[in-house]
Amino acid sequence: MSITAKPISRVVDELSRLPGIGPKTAQRLTYFLLRSPSEQSEALAEAILELKRNVVLCTECFNITDRSPCEVCSNPERDASRICVVEEPLDVVALERTGQYKGMYHVLHGAISPIEGIGPEELKIRELLYRVQQGEVEEIILATNPNLEGDATAMYLTRLLQVPGLTVTRLARGLPVGGDLEYADEVTLSNALAGRSQI
Amino acid sequence: MTNQAAPRVYRTEALVLKGYDYGEADRILTLLTPHSGKMRAIAKGVRRTKSRMSGHLDLFTRSTLLIARGRQLDIVTQAETVENFRPMRGDLVRVSSAHYVAEILDEFSAENLPNYPLYALAIATLRQLGGDGDLDLTLRSFEMQSLAHTGYRPQLHRCLQCGTEIVPGQNRFSPKLGGILCPDCGMADSAAPPISVPALKLLRHLQTNPDGLRSLTSIPVVAKQEVEQRLQEYVTHRMEGRLRSVRFLEQVRADQS
Ligand SMILES: [Zn+2]
Ligand SMILES: [Zn+2]
Repeated sequence: MSITAKPISRVVDELSRLPGIGPKTAQRLTYFLLRSPSEQSEALAEAILELKRNVVLCTECFNITDRSPCEVCSNPERDASRICVVEEPLDVVALERTGQYKGMYHVLHGAISPIEGIGPEELKIRELLYRVQQGEVEEIILATNPNLEGDATAMYLTRLLQVPGLTVTRLARGLPVGGDLEYADEVTLSNALAGRSQI
Repeated sequence: MTNQAAPRVYRTEALVLKGYDYGEADRILTLLTPHSGKMRAIAKGVRRTKSRMSGHLDLFTRSTLLIARGRQLDIVTQAETVENFRPMRGDLVRVSSAHYVAEILDEFSAENLPNYPLYALAIATLRQLGGDGDLDLTLRSFEMQSLAHTGYRPQLHRCLQCGTEIVPGQNRFSPKLGGILCPDCGMADSAAPPISVPALKLLRHLQTNPDGLRSLTSIPVVAKQEVEQRLQEYVTHRMEGRLRSVRFLEQVRADQS
């Protein structure tokens, strides 16, 4: 029989599922919450619930946002003739940090990985094609991760995007193979953006 | 005797079959090794752009690894590429074929069960997927040999039920039983589809002398398709599930032609 009370072990279990949190840290956090005033736990619980309730996907770019269309898509200052295609919302954050990119985004929510059962249908690819068909887009910048899945996704999209008047470029140069875009520093990303090449 | 602790760090060669993101910047990898079968290990911080390991642990990379034993999962501490099959990576059909191969390898291998022939087959197949040979032939040959190396070599010369020698006629291929049923024994597996003479010939060729077949272009398309279907049914039956990567492979092949 476990000596830990059930409500405690439940919180420990849930917390240790979070990235970067091991069982030890989860335990420390749980006991911290237990000792602190109940308002604090309630505020935390509520914030987490709000997060799920009030966050939606932008109907244009499929980034995570609290209003749709999101801030980027509804900003008239942004260049609507360019769309930068990324795997995850965090990649948008990384690219925005560079301050170099003034175009739009499109978040695929993953990369093609047949062995994991993730095909084009599981990603926001149809939605990207729809945006391109509206005719305003002149350049698609493929900024999927520089690894096998990201490259395969870029190859697949390049094939689909053989549209007259549309330039497809790949952001890859200078990005080390295997790393995630979201972890690239501003300088590396800015260089990769500036040095993007046509496919 | 049992008190003697296993070394805390060891070196092995491995092929990266699968990987998924874990925690902040880690990846959990499924590795196929030459001498200890399949294993799982965690590569910490590998998704950070500054990680020195990341390029060496991409999918379908053959690398030399230094691994530390961990409490739950072993930890990859160093990685150095031996071979990354670059020619395979530049083409969508080839990459999708590699996914298909990796999925079968993952299903057909077991943890801590050494299978050197299967490992050698994996490396040879990934090389061929980047070569200028017939891709279909590479895949069929891989299916046949991976079955053989894991104890499921199909019986193609004698009836599975009565043992008589198979002669041209109304024979069937039973994925459930793993081979040919003669015309008299069809009821042993009533779901088994008939097999044509050219398809049976091709299956036998794949089994005994795959290198002798330089390409499948000289073989009738129907026989090729029949063999592809029968082998995939057999592989799927063996796996007790369906091959997830087939759908995408078929899709990109259809787009190309
Ligand atoms: Zn948006
Ligand atoms: Zn028989």
